[in-house]
Parts: sequence; structure tokens; C-alpha cells
Amino acid sequence: MDDLIAEFLTETAESLEVVDAELVRFEANPSERKTLDNIFRLVHTVKGTCGFLGLSRLEAVAHAGETLLGRFRDGKLEVNADAVTLVLHSIDRIKVILAGLEGAGIEPEGDDNDLIAQLEAMAEGQAVDLTAVQAVEVPVRPIGSEIEPAELNLPTTAPATAAPNLKTGDVDPATGRTLRLGEVSEADLEAAFAAASGPEDEPKHLKAGDLDPATGRVLRPGEVSEAELEAAFAAAEAGIEIPAPAPVAEAPKPAPVAKAAPEPLPASMGGEDLASLNNTQSIRVSVDVLEGLMTLVSEMVLTRNQLLQISRTREDSAFATPLQRLSTLTGELQDSVMKTRMQPIGAAWKKLPRLVRDLSHELHKKIDLVMDGEGTELDRQVLELIRDPLTHMVRNSADHGLETTEERIALGKPAIGTIKLAAFHEGGYIVIRISDNGKGLNTGKIREKLVEKGLANRTELETMSDQQVHRYIFAPGFSTAAKVTNLSGRGVGMDVVRTNIEQIGGQIDLNSVPGQGTTFTIKIPLTLAIVSALIVGAGGQKFAVPQTAVMELVRTGVTAEHKIERINESLVLRLREKLLPLVQLGPTLQLEAAKNEDPSFVMVIQVGERRYGLVVNDVLDTEEIVVKPLATVLRDVDVFSGATILGDGSVVLILDPNAMSERAGNMLEEKQAEESESTVDTTNDNRCAMLLFKAGSGAPKAVELEHITRLEHIEVSQIERMDGRAALQYRGKLMPILNVGDYSTIKDEGIQPLLVFTGEGYAMGLAVDEIVDVVEDRLQIELSADRPGVRGTAVVAGRACEIVDVDYYHLRGLAEHQRHPAPLGAGQSSSERAVA
Amino acid sequence: MSLRDYVTLRVGGQLFGVDAARVHDVFHPRGVTPVPLSRGEIAGVLNLRGRIVTAVCARRRLGLPPRPEGSPEPLAVGLEVHGDSYGLVIDSVDEVLKLDDEKFHAPPGNLPPRWAEIIVGVYQLEKELLIVLEPQTLLDAAHLKAA
Repeated sequence: MDDLIAEFLTETAESLEVVDAELVRFEANPSERKTLDNIFRLVHTVKGTCGFLGLSRLEAVAHAGETLLGRFRDGKLEVNADAVTLVLHSIDRIKVILAGLEGAGIEPEGDDNDLIAQLEAMAEGQAVDLTAVQAVEVPVRPIGSEIEPAELNLPTTAPATAAPNLKTGDVDPATGRTLRLGEVSEADLEAAFAAASGPEDEPKHLKAGDLDPATGRVLRPGEVSEAELEAAFAAAEAGIEIPAPAPVAEAPKPAPVAKAAPEPLPASMGGEDLASLNNTQSIRVSVDVLEGLMTLVSEMVLTRNQLLQISRTREDSAFATPLQRLSTLTGELQDSVMKTRMQPIGAAWKKLPRLVRDLSHELHKKIDLVMDGEGTELDRQVLELIRDPLTHMVRNSADHGLETTEERIALGKPAIGTIKLAAFHEGGYIVIRISDNGKGLNTGKIREKLVEKGLANRTELETMSDQQVHRYIFAPGFSTAAKVTNLSGRGVGMDVVRTNIEQIGGQIDLNSVPGQGTTFTIKIPLTLAIVSALIVGAGGQKFAVPQTAVMELVRTGVTAEHKIERINESLVLRLREKLLPLVQLGPTLQLEAAKNEDPSFVMVIQVGERRYGLVVNDVLDTEEIVVKPLATVLRDVDVFSGATILGDGSVVLILDPNAMSERAGNMLEEKQAEESESTVDTTNDNRCAMLLFKAGSGAPKAVELEHITRLEHIEVSQIERMDGRAALQYRGKLMPILNVGDYSTIKDEGIQPLLVFTGEGYAMGLAVDEIVDVVEDRLQIELSADRPGVRGTAVVAGRACEIVDVDYYHLRGLAEHQRHPAPLGAGQSSSERAVA
Repeated sequence: MSLRDYVTLRVGGQLFGVDAARVHDVFHPRGVTPVPLSRGEIAGVLNLRGRIVTAVCARRRLGLPPRPEGSPEPLAVGLEVHGDSYGLVIDSVDEVLKLDDEKFHAPPGNLPPRWAEIIVGVYQLEKELLIVLEPQTLLDAAHLKAA
């Protein structure tokens, strides 16, 4: 492709993104001249350059659009929604032509007369028919195949983009094609200047007075005489630090302009050279170069680490100082290179104002989009990956979250709904919030939907908090939209959003208040290239675990406060009143050496909704690691997400906490398969850990592990009985002990196993005969129960089990507590009194 | 007559050859980190000048018995397949031979399948046969799985 065209495409794409956003702002506030000026200038630039490059189709559309904009600028036409829609249509059309140009190198075939006719009609003040304009599908352009200079996102750079126009204007006559700029004669200019009488003059007046905008003939750049420009260039080249507006201020006539409109002027004087006096200088660098730099720096960091490692073990101190210096410099270099990859998140937000505007029209809702923290920077790779999820979520908020304007008024809410986007840094993360002040999630409807779609059954739902229910909107195949709009409600979406975000090591959560709105919070790492990791040891080998997944470290062992306990073959850890299922790293990886190791640490790992403990032999270090992919022959080993080179030069494998938990789940399944011949349906994801126990006669019982706070084995003699009820002094309080079912399951002597449940401020124990096992299986209640305290019968691990109704026992436990005279939580003395 | 360079190497006493243009380097595989749960042929991963190289054991790949105790330190030839760096761990490297394409023979039909797919041909040298290996099928994930 022609270099000129390539350059033109990049620049125009940027301009058009700005136009989109500016137009939406303009529609909201038509009195803001500056915005209109910016739009006008951008469209004009496109048109001017198109003419220069001989792109007639583009030029025609841009020209018609510009004419219309000129009318607005003159105040000859009122700005209304139709007009903006029309202009947006022409911007879309331009984008489509550009996309064709990008692909083929020539303008695609097509007829734009439909659009141009409407644009012209509107410019003439005639009625327009929007339906006559064919809507076009704008192809999505990936974010910056080149890193854009950051300041391009700021409105101040709009003039800089306009600058080539000026240059074109200067040079062009040779081609014989008259450019608008070149058309302005010196006499005209003089006259224009004369018309601009003084500093008190409004800039718009000045502009309007200059020429006929309908012809689109003149931009203010032309007003600056060549001599002044030369002077300005000379000053810039000589590197003299002149405040940008100064050269203009020297020239008597443009002075008022400089004061009235300082922003556009610097650019109008000298294009990029002078604009750069105001802005940071920037160049375009291809992403490939940056990626290459990044790889090199990563290697350098690793080599530095190796050097440091060597120097630490040596007495020879002659190297110490220069090495320290080298180390610092390498660190700084790494930071700088990282920065080049950083882009403001605003780049992913650019299209949203336009999107919200269109949605607002389509849905007949008045929507205000508030964006906060556009300048927050993150790695462009991450940026690219979150763009689509963000768009989807904003769309959802507009479609599902916000009420219609009428509903809002009826509810006494502000008529205009607000969608707020906010971004900020927190640790090594960027947090993005998308909130709306709409109706909030309809919990009841979601519950119904869950049953209808078979995602949960009623008994399960009853035990779920609203928050838990809300999270189901991230489940695959879930959608509550009563009718499918063309925007959303197809049932694909939030699960895809969640998958996308989790793929880059992020997390998503939501909070919804009925009548007040919904807030989604996304937390994602700033960069994917370098992660901090814990280096752990197991089976005589080192492994890296990404720190993002590790919630906490618990020291275990004989002397430690926390002990690993066994339920049959499964390991669990008591942690703050909860039982944490454990996965042993060494044995899971089938490491021979792990058999003789004493587990000493448990890493509490959170993956999505799931939390488990990873048992390791040692925790050695935390290190910033550069993630490298594994060779294709190793891709089938899913527990490793990559490898890295440590400071000592050794290669360690990076564990994938997600795959580890799945593998742990598999282990449990395998064990079940050994124990029972029956095959267990493992296709359903809806699995949970369950405790199997025996109590009384009949079928074994099962209860979901998450309800159980603790397992206790106590001497029967410790149980105190009073008129048929039993209780135990437990942690300074009196805890009622309940039988399972109607018959007594409390033993007469020996050791009594107890399942301890806790609720708000109370605890209760369920006396059982024997704890059998902890298994993971899907809970599918097949036979409903006719007795209180039993939810029904389900096949768990190949055996028919009665599923215990925890709520029933909670109620009974609470009732026991209320029968006791002592207030709860009053401490030892009062509970003693209660016993007495 | 067209000549081609082959790096000749020995695995379990047998002489093999690999197209010299495909061999990046020859090195001692040291500091190999085993990859748990991976296929038996994979010896592990190692750091070769800042690159992570996957070491594949030629003996295990060819179904030969493991190296006897006390044999000299093994060598590895660095090869690249599908953009990944591999080190084929072998017993020793002999020399680089220039061989005439005309003396190249297709592999005989009676080879075991494990060998047949990774052998492109055979040269009849004066003393013995030189078996030419194809790195692509030797190290390719799909072929490893099938093996």
C-alpha cells in the first residue's frame, strides 16, 4: 500500500474516534463551541487529505458532512438528535470506506448518494428522512496496532491532528488541485483579520466572520501568514523555548485570537513541531519493536538476577558496587520499557459514548455516561482483552440495568439514568467499576430462571443468599431478559465476560441493590508479561505459584496451631471455623520424593468461587517471574501454565491453580470409582463437597461440607444432659447437641463425633455415629422426603444418601438456645449458670 | 551429485544422522527440571542461554533401554520444531559427514512403527548404516502422542 495512504489511514482512524466522542458530547451540549470546532476541524482534515490523495468517494461524504457542520457552526441550523445521527451515519460511512481502503488499497465501490442527499437536505434546512440512509456495519478496528501517543486522547491534540492539513495547504498548489487552505487569498486573510476586531471578540464570531463555512473554505490555520509560520518553525527548530502562543502574540493581528482561543492556535501555527512545545513529544513505534524490547529486557532482568545470586555467595566485593548499579539500572530500564506498553484505559472506552448514545435512542432511555479515571494506564495486551467485555457490560447496564425514562419518573428517580465507568490502580491491579443507578437485579426472577434452566433446584435456592443468586448471572446459558432485544438477552454474555476476565488472571464480582442499581467490579493485573509468584517446594522440586491466586499462607505441622486432619483419605484443614479441602502438591504431581515429606505449609488458593488449600513442603521465596509458554509437546500437562527461569538460572514450572483444583476434583472422583462400581455423572459442573456420615439406622446421611464449621470428637462424659436435652461446654459457651432424626444418636460412652454448625452468634452440634468420608459429587435430590430434617434422597458417590436439611437443625438449635435463660455470648460464667 | 551435511550421533550404539542445517547447537543437558505428569520421552526443561528448552530423551523415544550406569555424560542436539526449542538427548556426537544424495535409500519396510515414522532414510556407509532422523516427526506433539 502507498505509504501516504497508510499514514492517512492511521491518522484518520484516530481523528474519527475523537469525532465519535466529540459528537456525543456536542449533542449533549450544543452551546459548546469548542467541541463543534474540533469536530469541524477533524472532518475537514479528512476531507482535505482525501482530495489530496484522490479519494473521491471519501471526499464527497466528508464534504457533505462538513457542509452540514458548517451550518451548525454558523448557528444557521439548530442541532438536534436527527442531525447528530445523520452526521454519525456519515462518520460510519467514512469508516467503512476506510476499512475497504485499508484492505484493498483502493476505495471500495459504492454509492453514497443516499447519505449525501440527506446531508445536503439537512444543510438546506429541509426535512430529512433518516430511513433513506442505509445503516452500515462498521468493522471493528483493533486497538492500536501501533501505540498511540498518549496525548492523542486529550482534546488538546485535536489541533495537532489537524496540522497536516495546513502543511498540505501550503505545499499543494503544485499538484494543481486546489485545496481549501490554498484557496484563501492574502486579501481575504487581511479582510478576515480586519473583521476580527479585538480581544473581547468571541472566537466563534471571528471564525464565523472569516468566511463562509458552508463552502468549508477556510480554517484558521490559513490566517497565519507564511512569514509568521516560518518564524515559528525557525524558533522551534532552533530549540528556543518560546511559549507556543508567543510568535502569534508578536504578530499584531492574530493576537486577539491567541488570547481568546489559546488551544487551537499553537497547532495552527506550526503543526506538530510547535504543538510539541506544549505537549510531550511522541513518535510512533510499531508494537513488534516494543514486544521485542520487552523480551530483551526480560532476559536482561533474569541475567541480572543470576549475577546477583552469584555475587551473594562470593566474598569478592570488587564486583559488588558496579553490580548494584547495574541492577538498579536494569530495574529502571524494565520499568521504562513496561511503560511503553502502557496505554490509558480510555483507549478501550473511546467507543462507549457513541454506543451509549445509540442505545439511548434505540431503547428510548435517557442515559448519561460518566467516565472517571480514563488516564489509568495498563498493558495494551490486557487492554485489548478487556475491551469487548467492557462494551458488553455497558450495553447490559443500558439495556437491563436502567429503567425507561417514564419508569424512572414514576419511581421518583432522576429522569436521566447514569452509567458510571471508573478505573483506578490498586496494588499491581487495575480496578474497573461499571455501575448504573437502575433497578438492580431482580433476585426473584433470577431464582425462577435458575430452576427453569435447571441450574439449581428449589431446595438449593432456599439456602442461597441474594448475593449467591446474583452471581448466577455469570453462569453459562443464563439470561433473564424477558424479550430478546437486538442488543442483549441472547443468553451469551456475562459468562463470556467472566471467562475473558478470568483468562487474564482477573476477577469479577457484582453488587446489586434493588431499586438503586448494580455495580460490577473487575480486578485485573496491570500486565501479563511479568507476574509475582511464590516459589514453593514439593517432592524435592521447585514450583512457581502465581501470587494472585494465593489468598494466604498457613503454617501447619506438629507444633503449629493449624493441623491437617484426615477424613478417611481426604485431607482437610480447619481454618477460621471453616473446613478447607486440601490438595497435596507432591502426590498430585506423582512425585516419588513427596512420600517421605512432612507437609509444612498450606496455601489457601481461591479460583473463581472455589477455595482450596494446596499442601506444599516448603515456601522458599517470592519472585517476579517472566512467564514463558511451554513447548507444544507439554501442553497436554494442564497443571502447568508455563515455565520461567529463576535467579539461579534454574527452570521452574508455573502451576495453574485452576487446573490443580480440577485435578484434585478428579482425584476425589477416582477414589469414588474405586469404592463403588457405579459410574457417577461427572458432566455436570454443579458439584459440591459433601460429608458422608452415619447416624442411627437406615441410609447413610450426607450434608454439604460448606455448612459445617468444624468436626469434633469429644468424650461422651463431657456432654451434659438436662431434662432430655444435651449440651456441651464449647469454647466458653453452651452448645446444644441435637440428635439426627427422632431417635437418640448420642452415644452412651466413648468418643462422640460431632458436626458443629454455627450461625449468627450461636453454635450447635449434631451427634452422629460415624464420619464416613468427604466426597465431591453433584447434588441431585431424586426422592423427596416426608420427614422433617431430611431434604430428600440423593445418590452421592454411588450410594443412596439422605441429605440433611441444615436449616431444620439450625432452627432447632436456635430454639434450644432461646430456651436457655442465659443470654448468648455472655461467657463462661453465664453458661455455667445455665447448666446449673 | 549433490552433497548434504549430516551431524552423526549415537544412541544405544546405533549411528544416526540429522540434517546439519537443522541442528542449532550441541550442548550438555544440565540443570534439567523434570516435568511431572508429562510423557515418558520428556526428560524435562532446561535453561539454555536464557531460552527454555524441552529435553527429549532419544533412547526413550526410540524405545531403547536406558543408559547403563557409569556411561559418560550425555549430550543434546538443539533443534527447533514449530517455533519451540528442543534438545534431543543422545549418547554422543560423532562428526559431521558430507553425504551424496544419490546414496540415500528409503527406509526398509520391516521397521517397527515407532521407528518407521521418524526415519526418512538410510545411508550405507562403509562400516555400518547411518539412519537419518526427521526432527519434525521425532519431536512433534502429535507423533509423540501416537508413539
